Order: sequence, then C-alpha cells, then structure tokens
Amino acid sequence: MLEVEVERRLGDFRVEARFRSDRGVTALFGRSGAGKTSIVNMVSGLLRPDRGRIEVDGRVLFDSARGIDLPPWRRRLGYVFQEGRLFPHMTVRRNLLYGWRHNPAAGRCLTLNRVVDLLDLGALLQRRPLSLSGGEKQRVAVGRALLSNPRALLMDEPLASLDVLAKGEILPYVERLDEMGIPIVYVSHSLDEVSRLARNLVLVSGGRVTASGGVEQVLGRRDLWSTEDEPETGTMLAARVSRHDASGRLTHLDFRGGRLRVPLVDIPVGVAVRVWIRARDVSVATAPPRGLSLRNVLKGTLLEVARGEDRGPLAELRLRIGDTPLTALVTRHAVNELALAPGQEVYALIKSANLDRRQLSLAAAMTDREP
Amino acid sequence: MWPLTPAESEALGLSVRVAAWSTLLSLPPAALAAFVLARRRFWGKEVCNAVLHLPLVLPPVVTGYLLLLLLGRRGVVGAWLEQTFGLVLAFRWTGAVVAAAVVAFPLMVRPIRLSLEAVDRRLESAAATLGANRLWTCLTVTLPLSLPGIVAGAILGFIRSLGEFGATITFVSNIPGETRTLSLAVHSALQTPGGEPGALRLTLVIVAAAVVALAASEALGRAAARRTRGYHA
Repeated sequence: MLEVEVERRLGDFRVEARFRSDRGVTALFGRSGAGKTSIVNMVSGLLRPDRGRIEVDGRVLFDSARGIDLPPWRRRLGYVFQEGRLFPHMTVRRNLLYGWRHNPAAGRCLTLNRVVDLLDLGALLQRRPLSLSGGEKQRVAVGRALLSNPRALLMDEPLASLDVLAKGEILPYVERLDEMGIPIVYVSHSLDEVSRLARNLVLVSGGRVTASGGVEQVLGRRDLWSTEDEPETGTMLAARVSRHDASGRLTHLDFRGGRLRVPLVDIPVGVAVRVWIRARDVSVATAPPRGLSLRNVLKGTLLEVARGEDRGPLAELRLRIGDTPLTALVTRHAVNELALAPGQEVYALIKSANLDRRQLSLAAAMTDREP
Repeated sequence: MWPLTPAESEALGLSVRVAAWSTLLSLPPAALAAFVLARRRFWGKEVCNAVLHLPLVLPPVVTGYLLLLLLGRRGVVGAWLEQTFGLVLAFRWTGAVVAAAVVAFPLMVRPIRLSLEAVDRRLESAAATLGANRLWTCLTVTLPLSLPGIVAGAILGFIRSLGEFGATITFVSNIPGETRTLSLAVHSALQTPGGEPGALRLTLVIVAAAVVALAASEALGRAAARRTRGYHA
C-alpha cells in the first residue's frame, strides 16, 4: 500500500495531491501540465514537497512534520521515465542489473531470468540502448526498474513517446505487471491506456486531485470532469468471455443484462474483462430493428436525456441494460424526431467492429465487480 | 640508428617523465575543480574560476617566479616542505613537474568541465531511483559519460607539459640531467656556438612528439565518445 499526501509550490503553480494506491495499477490521469509528473517526482524523492507525508507498506519515506526525507536511493521505488533514460554506455544486461546490487539479498524476489522472460528481453541482452527501438527501450526500462525490487512502481507516461505500433507492442507487457503484486502509479493523459490498464483512477486537474476511485465509477461520471480536460464519454463495462465463435470470427462477452459480440480475441473463455464503450459508438432505436448489420442489439431503458449546452448538436443518453448503465451520444435532432423521453424502452445498437482489442482489458483481479 | 646524442636522449627521456608525472598530478584536482565549477553554485564562483585560469593568462616567467617565491627553499611553503618532509623542489626535476603541472592545470579543467556539463543529469536521477547514492552514481554514470573530456584534458595537459619552458627555467633553472627538458635543451643549443644542428634535431623530435600525442588524442577521444554514446566499438 502506497499512501501519498503532498503539497508543493512551483512558481505560481500549486500542486496538492492526496491518494493511496493498493496493489495493481492506479492511474494519475489528467491533461498535460496538470501536475502529474510533479506528483510522482515527489513520491520518488526527486522533488521535495513543501509539506506532506509519503508511506509505503508502513515505512515512512517522507514526513515534513517529523523531518523525515529519505533520498531517492533509499526509497526503493522503481521509476519508469517517459524517455526511458537507459544508460547509453552500458549493455542492456548491465542496465537491467544496475539496481540489482543495491538491494539486500534477502529482499530479492525477482531474478534476471524471470524479468527477461516476462518482458521478452532475451534477444536484447548484449545490445546497446542506442540500437533499440522505442518500444524495446521502454521494455528494458521497465525491467530495470523491476529488478531493483521496488516496493512500488512509478511510471510516468511510459508510452507517450512511442508511436501507435510500439504502444500496441508494449501494452500487453505493462498489463502483465499486475502479477507483481505491488502498487503501480501510472501517469497518463491517454484514456485508451488508462481504461485498459488501471484498476483505480486519480483525476488530476490544475495541480489538484478532483476525483478518485475505481475506474468504472470515475470514468462513468461525466460531472466529475471539467470541460478542459474532458475525455471521451463512454462506459466501462465489466464482462466475462463466454464463447468463441471461430466460424464467425467473433467472441461473446456476457455482462449483467446482456451479451456483446466483438471481433475474435485471444482471451480464454471464463476470463473477466472490461470493455470501454465509447458513447459515440452507441446508437438508439425505439423498436427492435430489422435488416441491420449490427451484431449488438441490447434492449434496455432510457433513464435520462442530457442536452448539455457545451455538446452543441449532440445529446447524451443514459441507458440501463439490465443492471448495467450505458451512455450513448446521439444528435438532438434524433432525440426530437424519435421523441425520446426518460422511462422509455429502447434498443442500444453497438457496431462490433468498433469493439476491437484496444477497447478490451483483462480484469483478472476484479472479482468483486465481475458479473 | 639513433640520431640523438646521449645528452639529447637524456633531455627527451626527462621531458617524457616530467610530462607524465605532471599529467598524473594535475588530473585528479583538475577533474575535481571541473566538477565543482560545472555542478555547484556558490558565492565567489567567478573569482574562483579566474584564479584557476591564472596560469593560462600569466606569462610563464611570472608563474615560475611566483613558484620560486612560494616553493623555493626560502619560500613559505618550500621551507615548510623541506623541514617537514625533507622535500626540495627548487632546481630539481620534481620542481619541473610542479611547474609543468601548474601551467597545464587550467588547460585540463576546461574540456573536463565542458563534458561534465554535457552529461544528461536525468540519467543521474534514474541511477538514484535505482538505489545508487551520489558517489556511486558519479563513478558509474557521470565519470564514464564524461570520459571523452577527461581523455582530451589529459592529453592536452600532457602536450602542454612536454613543451613547458618559461615557468620551468625560472623555477628550476636549466641543469643538464636534472631539469634540462627538450625545450630547455633547444634553448641551450641555440645559445651555444655551432649548436644549431642540435637545435634542429631536437625541434624535429618535439614536432614528432606533438604530432603523435595529437593523433593519440584524436583516436582516444573518438573511442571514448563511441563508448559513451553506445555505438558498437
């Protein structure tokens, strides 16, 4: 358990944050300049808070009231930087082992071989950082941080400098870090990454924490977001893989209230997953539609029509499919023409092709929220 | 076939010995001074910087005279050294080493300082988060990454020591076999009637030594740069 409570003035800007992170990924989410990096720098010891307290597993790393301020090299926190920061004069192998020697032998729970397997680094060991691709560099950086046997892992936009292909290549590895069983603080301004990786979400805006909690709760509540750091509206759905339809190349996902069909994914039957459904991918019909190519037609109830002024021509519909809330974004024109009103029975339509692997994440440890 | 007379060979050997010791003596304090100038901020830093560079701008004769005042047998420091350690520098080859080291010092500080300033501090932060304290970070990250500058500084200092004349002749005089290095031998040959062929031979030796040292500097510098930038050597 990582507990953070920090405060620091940076010129005219004030950063003030308070959150805790249990095992698994906690995302610090907000737009660039919101103060996310300053917060993790304070946790790591690279930036000294004016006031506050930082604690990992009951060990105090910083406490302004008691005058405790451990230097970074005694905090035992792994840090994966945005730009990797591999040592250019060392091979990958020496980079990986750099933090290893500083750890008490008794506390070593990871071996080089285990990390090499986990992150697929075998072929890179003798290479120099300069000859690695962006994705490979970040994998090495993650491995190097893990091999210092940290009590918690800090990741500052580790994918931000990568192109789309490299991101896709490294995301599965980051997903696997959940196995480590340590708190992971993951800084990001990308909703795709956050929805796929994080279990908990800390929303940062203007140097302050504006909301925190489980990913589904925070992402589902649009009222928590200020308009400037607004992400795309949508719904995080907890589901379970129920069947692979090999001939139709589709996978069936069951959730409380219905079934989704998505393009075939390589996740075994029975595994819990989360699906991020963008509101703009959801349409609505007032009668069961016929002759449609759409594979996902979900019967439900319309709860609310929100016509925020800021939305322009669009209106947000809050639906309920069985027990599960769902958000749809449609034109106001459609709302008027179909005479949509709360309480009405509607059919939500979602195009399967829009629910590809990027919208899906494993939710292995989320037993309490599974259907 | 060895083209030099025994006296000239002796001067060559002495020059190399003096230059090597001078480089070894100057390098650690030069690296330290470079580190302080590159990394620390303190009151009077500019004055400190100016004092360190003084031997570069003072006429070597003046540097030699100041050394004589300080380190001569009747100088403040010189008398103390003789009393406490029985160490005499004036008119000895060890004094020639000190004169060369003092003159070469500022030339070594500058390239080391520049390469230290070029080291990415963020790599040092990364080392700290991996458990390395300041000393270990310096030894395993900062120094290896500034190796090109350290090599360049050492070779520059060596070449400057090899050719030292003014401070040496003022501080330790021109004693054959003790303090007569190559430059001083050239000077002596030119003062001697019929000594010009000898002066010319020595001059060629000095030119050759300088060319070799410069080539070595280039090669070493490139190798170090390759290493620190992470290319395959």
